[in-house]
Amino acid sequence: MCGAKTGGPDLSGVDVAKETIIQGSVTRDGEPVSGYVRLLDGGGEFTAEVPTSATGQFRFFAAPGTWTLRALVPGATVDRTVVAQQGAAAEVAIAV
Amino acid sequence: MSRSDVLVDADWVEAHIDDPKVVIVEVDEDTSAYDKNHIKNAVRIDWKKDLQDPVRRDFVDQAGFEALLSAKGIANDDTVILYGGNNNWFASYAYWYFKLYGHDAVKLLDGGRKKWELDSRDLVAAVPERAATTYKAKSQDTSIRAFRDDVVASIGAQNLVDVRSPDEFSGKLLAPAHLPQEQSQRPGHVPSARNIPWSKNANDDGTFKSDDELKELYAEEQVDLAKDTIAYCRIGERSALTWFVLHELLGVGNVKNYDGSWTEYGSLVGVPIALGAN
Repeated sequence: MCGAKTGGPDLSGVDVAKETIIQGSVTRDGEPVSGYVRLLDGGGEFTAEVPTSATGQFRFFAAPGTWTLRALVPGATVDRTVVAQQGAAAEVAIAV
Repeated sequence: MSRSDVLVDADWVEAHIDDPKVVIVEVDEDTSAYDKNHIKNAVRIDWKKDLQDPVRRDFVDQAGFEALLSAKGIANDDTVILYGGNNNWFASYAYWYFKLYGHDAVKLLDGGRKKWELDSRDLVAAVPERAATTYKAKSQDTSIRAFRDDVVASIGAQNLVDVRSPDEFSGKLLAPAHLPQEQSQRPGHVPSARNIPWSKNANDDGTFKSDDELKELYAEEQVDLAKDTIAYCRIGERSALTWFVLHELLGVGNVKNYDGSWTEYGSLVGVPIALGAN
């Protein structure tokens, strides 16, 4: 496995102007980690969950506002707050 | 019925992994996850390709289900253990579907693929070979399947449980947030439905909450389980999980899953729709 790429998955083919995107990567000591990322809404309620890709990356299509990302990997759980807006991908790097 | 009749844990699966009368089946939203790896001896059922009619929007018919299970090497007297990613959404859907066609010996792996992975248990790439069977299905048990007219008739009269996320329920989002928001139908929910997201039934690792916690959840949400209940979501997979909780774990009698769900209801002409939170 090569090292983690910076940021979330490639946005080619995605209509960024139309979507509200939250994306990024999960790493441990700079290397991508296999696990899951949950998206929680402003009230802490579960909204979505995705497995990380082979390069540790994840992406959500959300709505504008404040969200919490929760990375679940073997032996660790890490939360990050993110503000999303339409037309620009919010990039979040999560180190566990 | 007790929890152990419908749910097994990972230790149970590891102990029965080579049992020829136990068939482990992976059903994932991401149907390619199986190709990467899976639990040893698990076969795959593709919820889209194997379980849906290729032309009409409906399930495969009885003969189609018989052909599918026969080809997968599943016999009528086999115990089927279903698991999948995404907190068992599609494994729950398959569980409900197996029950719909009368396969009684079916159970879910608690926590599904996620819990298995988070516990760093073994996954393999090898695809097992199972000899074909001659599977006989029963006709559909529609006592657990709701159709659109049942939903309309339940407005203000019976329990409607909308298990989508609060933002889908209120009309802010049209689909779960890991999918592009491209559907064209109307947002919102069925009037009088209570929004009890499927996720309230589960822990972060995907395992189900205890029976006492689940009973408390539905009591707090003022769902009178003495009434009939219809659960729905967007395409019927998350609501299959809530159906599993109510009907299988808590033993509530008249609970149906509406598999047409919001992609059907939100496209109907003339039916009432409500917007906003609970």
